[in-house]
Amino acid sequence: MLLESQQSGDSLTLRLSGDWCIENIREVEAAVAEIPADGKGTVHVDGSGVSKFDMSGAWLLHQRLDALRTAGANVEFSGQQPEVFHFLKEMAERECAPVRTSDEDAAPLRDGLAWIGRRAVQQGIQTRDAVGFFGHVSLTLGRSLRSLRSLRIPSIARHVYETGIQAIPIVSLIAFLISVIVAYLGAQQLQQFGAEIYTVDLVAIAVLREMGVLLTAIIVAGRSGSAFAAEIGVMRLNEEVDALQSMGVDYFEVLVLPRVIGLVIALPLLTIIADAMGLAGGALLSSLLLDISLTQFIPRVQAALAPTTFWAGLIKAPVFALLIAMVGTYRGMQVRDSSRELGRLTTVAVVQSIFLVIFADAVFAVVYVQLDF
Amino acid sequence: MAERQQNQRVRRPEEAANSAARGAPVISVRNVVNRFGRQVVHDGVSLDVYPGEVLGIVGGSGSGKSVLLRTMLGLHRPNAGEVLIEGKDIMKMSNEELLAVKRRYGVTFQHGALFSSLTVAQNIQLPIHEYYKASEEALDALAKLRLAMVGLSADACTKLPSQLSGGMVKRAALARALALDPTLLFLDEPTAGLDPISAAEFDQLVLYLQRGLHLTVVMITHDLDTLVTTCDRVAVLIDKKIVADTLEGIMANPHPWIQEYFHGPRARAVQAPKDEK
Repeated sequence: MLLESQQSGDSLTLRLSGDWCIENIREVEAAVAEIPADGKGTVHVDGSGVSKFDMSGAWLLHQRLDALRTAGANVEFSGQQPEVFHFLKEMAERECAPVRTSDEDAAPLRDGLAWIGRRAVQQGIQTRDAVGFFGHVSLTLGRSLRSLRSLRIPSIARHVYETGIQAIPIVSLIAFLISVIVAYLGAQQLQQFGAEIYTVDLVAIAVLREMGVLLTAIIVAGRSGSAFAAEIGVMRLNEEVDALQSMGVDYFEVLVLPRVIGLVIALPLLTIIADAMGLAGGALLSSLLLDISLTQFIPRVQAALAPTTFWAGLIKAPVFALLIAMVGTYRGMQVRDSSRELGRLTTVAVVQSIFLVIFADAVFAVVYVQLDF
Repeated sequence: MAERQQNQRVRRPEEAANSAARGAPVISVRNVVNRFGRQVVHDGVSLDVYPGEVLGIVGGSGSGKSVLLRTMLGLHRPNAGEVLIEGKDIMKMSNEELLAVKRRYGVTFQHGALFSSLTVAQNIQLPIHEYYKASEEALDALAKLRLAMVGLSADACTKLPSQLSGGMVKRAALARALALDPTLLFLDEPTAGLDPISAAEFDQLVLYLQRGLHLTVVMITHDLDTLVTTCDRVAVLIDKKIVADTLEGIMANPHPWIQEYFHGPRARAVQAPKDEK
């Protein structure tokens, strides 16, 4: 109990006691709420019983007493006014620095129409920026190809290592498992027609044309797309990108291009490994489930595949790599100001690059059908 | 402005010299040794911080000022020695005791370390919200109070740290450090990166709060102006040890680094106008 109030005629006496500090902020709040707000006449405040007053406790009380004063009451401290109150009073007289901010607050959403309009403009700007980014990368690539020095071979090697070689275990494992799943499904269905042998065709074509490259690209988008965005984003937050620019170093050449080229080299190689592991998975399941030995499996695969099947899959890899690397670096470059922004844009990078990879795969499928590839 | 002038500390050497008589130290660092690999940063550092004083810690780059601060805060465990806060060894405290100690001190970091995804008000409310169950209205009122204490207007509440200028970030960080009504304040390079006018204003702010709230302040600083205006005592980290004395005492110290620090070309530029007085 921090407060005792006594109403006698026109005057109200508040007897404070105990600790008025942040440790009992709940009790302080409750005590302050007890003070009647419709102050009339004289309010005597007796703070002699208080053992501890800190700024927080004093402030809540002070605000209430101020409200009483404006309501017309006459607030008086009996005895010594606690020292913090002097400080509070002094503080209230001090002028505060006005807050100037770097940009205006976004206006509240007045109506849907304005919202749609604003989003449309934002989308337009984003699209223009993305096209501009792509153009800038292409230009830099063209310039870099002319001189070996500006191609940054060591940096490219690092990215091939990080995005490619380090991804081999996970890519192999997933390719293996997926082909086992496809083979298992296929075997079950085809057995009904006594056509188990076609499981081999199914696995070989599915893995080489679609699964190998698509799954590899999705894993790489998750692994390296996010890494690109986060790495460049943190550099942006630390003003490292600005530092590079101020030195007259083209950050596209140093940061973006090595990642793009590195991934364009790494992803096709990873795809080949994924293809091999996928076929190995198919072979294993065929011999276990369908009694098709390796000596039967290999000729069957050769018979099933058109000469173009392998290339139909592999050609997609550099395109996917380009999409993943571009989206990752582009989103990283957009990071401004805060750590939340970094998290958001890293997520956007991964989601968008996976979406674009699948979309591009669909386009490839249609084109292949039209070309009869 | 006139009031700011009043806050200007009138230095009385005898008052500062008597700090040893001001009672038991709030923090005392005893023979602390810090090693990183083979590199010894502190070799038997001892330092006492007395209640109600402003202690400045100076030292060359890499002399381990920040490590010493982190050691005092209990964020870094020294290889040997002990850190006593109000007579209790923080290394031997239970987690609950350590938390209770942490509630009583406020810290500002070199670059502000405001949480960039929270608004200024949320930054200030976070520690209060973590420890105590206050209502929304009280949290609001308390955030506004802290902002007023550091001289920021209430419209700073809804801003994100990235929207503030450097000086305001420092003030907002100080407001957050004051969130739990601490009695002990640690400031890591409070005026680094500020223009001289903002830095002087910040010095006055620290003095004003220290005087009004009876705070004990420990600050790391490179700014000679800050040292001269705010600090009662100065501790110099030198040769892996510490030398602590009043400013006058330190300036009379014959050690070459100290002489260079206080009487080098930059120091002379600072002190010249003061001598004219």
